[in-house]
Amino acid sequence: MKNEPKVDFNLAKEHGLNEEEWEKIKKILGRTPNFTELGVFSVMWSEHCSYKNSIAELKKLPRDGENLLVKAGEENAGLIDIGDGLAIAFKIESHNHPSAVEPFQGAATGVGGILRDIFTMGARPIASLNSLRFGPLDIPRNRYLLDEVVKGIAHYGNCMGVPTVAGEVYFDECYTGNPLVNAMTIGIVDHNRVKSAISEGEGNIVMVVGSSTGRDGIHGATFASEELSEESENRRSNVQVGDPFTEKLLLEATLELARKEYIIGIQDMGAAGIACSTSEMSDKGNSGMLLDLGKVPMREAGMTPYEILLSESQERMLVIVRNGFEEEVKNIFKKWDLNCVKVGTVTNKKSLDYYMNGKKYGSIPAYDLVLGGGAPVYFRETKEPEYFKETRSFDFSKVPEPEDYNEVLLKLMSSPNIASKRYIYQQYDQSVRTNTVIGPGASSAVIRIKGTNKAIASKTDGNGRYVYLNPYKGAAIAVAESARNVVCSGAKPIAITNCLNFGNPYDPEVYYQFQEAIRGIGDACRKFKTPVTGGNVSFYNESEKGAIFPTPVIGMLGLIDDVSHITNSYFKNDGDFIMMLGTSKGELGGSEYMKVIHNQVVGDSPSIDLSFEKRVQKACLKAIRKGYVTSAIDVSDGGLAVALAEACIGNPEKNFGASVFLSRKLRDDELFFGESQSIILITINESKLLEMEKIASKFIVPCVTIGKVKDDGILKINNEIKINVKDIEKAYYSAIPNAMDPEK
Amino acid sequence: MKFGVVVFPGSNCDYDAYYVLKKVFNVQVEYIWHKETKLRRFDVIILPGGFSYGDYLRAGAVAKFSPVMKEVIQFAKNGGSVLGICNGFQILVEADLLPGALITNNHLQFRCQDVFLKVKNTESRFTKNYNKEDVLKIPIAHHSGNYFAEEHILKELEDEDRIAFQYCNSKGEVCDEANPNGSKLNIAGILNKEKNVLGMMPHPERAAEELLGSEHGLELFKSLIG
Repeated sequence: MKNEPKVDFNLAKEHGLNEEEWEKIKKILGRTPNFTELGVFSVMWSEHCSYKNSIAELKKLPRDGENLLVKAGEENAGLIDIGDGLAIAFKIESHNHPSAVEPFQGAATGVGGILRDIFTMGARPIASLNSLRFGPLDIPRNRYLLDEVVKGIAHYGNCMGVPTVAGEVYFDECYTGNPLVNAMTIGIVDHNRVKSAISEGEGNIVMVVGSSTGRDGIHGATFASEELSEESENRRSNVQVGDPFTEKLLLEATLELARKEYIIGIQDMGAAGIACSTSEMSDKGNSGMLLDLGKVPMREAGMTPYEILLSESQERMLVIVRNGFEEEVKNIFKKWDLNCVKVGTVTNKKSLDYYMNGKKYGSIPAYDLVLGGGAPVYFRETKEPEYFKETRSFDFSKVPEPEDYNEVLLKLMSSPNIASKRYIYQQYDQSVRTNTVIGPGASSAVIRIKGTNKAIASKTDGNGRYVYLNPYKGAAIAVAESARNVVCSGAKPIAITNCLNFGNPYDPEVYYQFQEAIRGIGDACRKFKTPVTGGNVSFYNESEKGAIFPTPVIGMLGLIDDVSHITNSYFKNDGDFIMMLGTSKGELGGSEYMKVIHNQVVGDSPSIDLSFEKRVQKACLKAIRKGYVTSAIDVSDGGLAVALAEACIGNPEKNFGASVFLSRKLRDDELFFGESQSIILITINESKLLEMEKIASKFIVPCVTIGKVKDDGILKINNEIKINVKDIEKAYYSAIPNAMDPEK
Repeated sequence: MKFGVVVFPGSNCDYDAYYVLKKVFNVQVEYIWHKETKLRRFDVIILPGGFSYGDYLRAGAVAKFSPVMKEVIQFAKNGGSVLGICNGFQILVEADLLPGALITNNHLQFRCQDVFLKVKNTESRFTKNYNKEDVLKIPIAHHSGNYFAEEHILKELEDEDRIAFQYCNSKGEVCDEANPNGSKLNIAGILNKEKNVLGMMPHPERAAEELLGSEHGLELFKSLIG
């Protein structure tokens, strides 16, 4: 093309490629790439698409399991058998960088992208979750980001008719300038209707369906693969614009299509658009494609092959149709008033040949573009972080003990990290599709599976502070806590997806965090027999102040065999015995108490004994399945006192009080607010005490009665805490609305 | 007894209504595609919730021009029962089958939560199974559910006993604190003059199974099924 820039190393560098990669491209092609080819290589080899700095580590994660139908990386999302001929597809993905510069659309298209990952497999999305991180709310920009991100998620998810059922939101200074927006979707599919993202069979037809292609989001994948800076604001045009209405139509049309046996494969178009979907599908089927890019429906005039290939316009799919069935496919999309155009044919040449208006614009072997093929794989240098010396030498005995524990508890309950996120989740449709048994604000969400007696439980977890203080233990805790959360709802943990949010991988300290976190997730997943079914890595989460806390987010899936096992986290009956499964060591490292009361993130993360954790979970689940447990809540941020307070005020029908005595071998602040792991508080009727103790001893788990549920509306712990639960409730529910509206 | 559930592009509570009728009540129910120009025989037509045509203009404003709506309007004029839920209520208002308007919530946010409803009219074919003192717990999920009408229309609605549901607190008191969106007179649902058309913002189809937290929507469907 006459106006195309001259392709040389300088241009390649502007495209984010290094010298080694530039040489490799020339070697693959046996010549200098043209402009279009350079563009395709640059996005396919970007961190976002190639996982070049993470894949070697990711391969260390356990990816096998008895219920796994599709493993990590094989398809757009993992697939887990839940019996009855049904399978669950689920995955989490980040949209951090787009959300930092254009929060509404960034978050909205993050939701749109993960939904497509699920329905491209033929699965009907039945629930969404999200995991968000922001800087503190006293900074106006952070309030703006929170509001817009939440509106964006609501805009897309609500319109799609997919309930948003759980998630978490944390605030810390390190996320100012680089918020995290991780979106997860769970879908359900009949085993025999699963579609693969494959292209094969010479002469079969390549079709683009859904929205028209515009210039939005070009180089979005490359943008996601660099650090945010002052200039990032200029990257607003790299952010895609979402249209959930079109996606809803695309969802219905795709699910109709997925039933047809003449469909060879389907893949959604996310990062790197047509360039990515054509190469990945072809490589998977060991085939090639001859593409006429001029046929792609366009929403802007004069688009070049480079732009068409790299566009990240949303709500599009690539469909491979058996030769002879083009009209059938067109009819389905006509019904839904969507584009459906043949843009090429499958070849047996194993290369992607791009044409437009009769002219050839490039030819690249599919294998060389993709992850697992010719895309680069790097092993990065690691170095134990310097800051450990300081954080780990902290002497907790020097922490002054608080005088008024009631005040401390109220402060913790109104800390935005612990306080109710109702302000956020009430903006999401939580109950559409009529499956939500337990919605947001609980240990985990529970979604019943229509046509069966089963339900699934799901939750995301990831405490960045723990991982910062100890990447191995912190990441293992994220898995353990998410498993504990679904266990508290009555589910057996069965698999995870993860979203790994880290800083710049070229910083050896960051890469140490990454490597250690992977080790922690791997060990925990092996212990709990919850394979990693897929997920996403987001590097370069840095702002001008440096890297974020390393924040691996775990999305846990649990299975409930019988809906009668579904358990809530709040107190239900006056006089129930409150029992503690597990033992508190009163660990304050990385705790919310240390942050909120003493403004320090210090020490080591809490310890975690994975074997013990598993026994605690098994004992709890056993007791739930026996029908002994009236409520179960895990002890996490804020420690025992916060867990008890939450259980007092969680019941939508009425508040309860509790009278609790904790034996004092520790300092009071350690006892009440320490965040030791592997603790679950359950309530049972007195008549079940003996049976409960039997279960606990069978699993060799300490189980002590610490108090009783009371109908008096007072939470009393030892002689230090005595609060009217109405005050707790007020602190808990008003904190975020007040923080969002400081002028009120 | 045969129900029809209209499917507009962007409807997303169509399946929920269908499911309740089919699986909970085991009555005849069929979908009606928005492009249909000739209606089959139905006893009740439901306009479900969702974002018809994306609701990019004004909620329900485009849907009223869809081919099927001509038929639905005729069906209503002939005395057929039409139930509009959430987006369906918005469409009924846009189509002038019900008076007033549903404007953006007064807090400007989408709001999904359980609300309490007082059943004001217990005589209509939609609400006859309820008692005057009943307080229902049913979820809402909308961005534009703030019912607005001029004073004389509100008076007419009251005088003619056409207010079906009002937002109230758990004790059944109709008060400002219980109003989730700024609706005039806490209106959550209204009837047309002939009382064969009901529009309501809360979702009775989401409150039809104990497992999901409430069965208070059941009697509405039971009233219709008879």
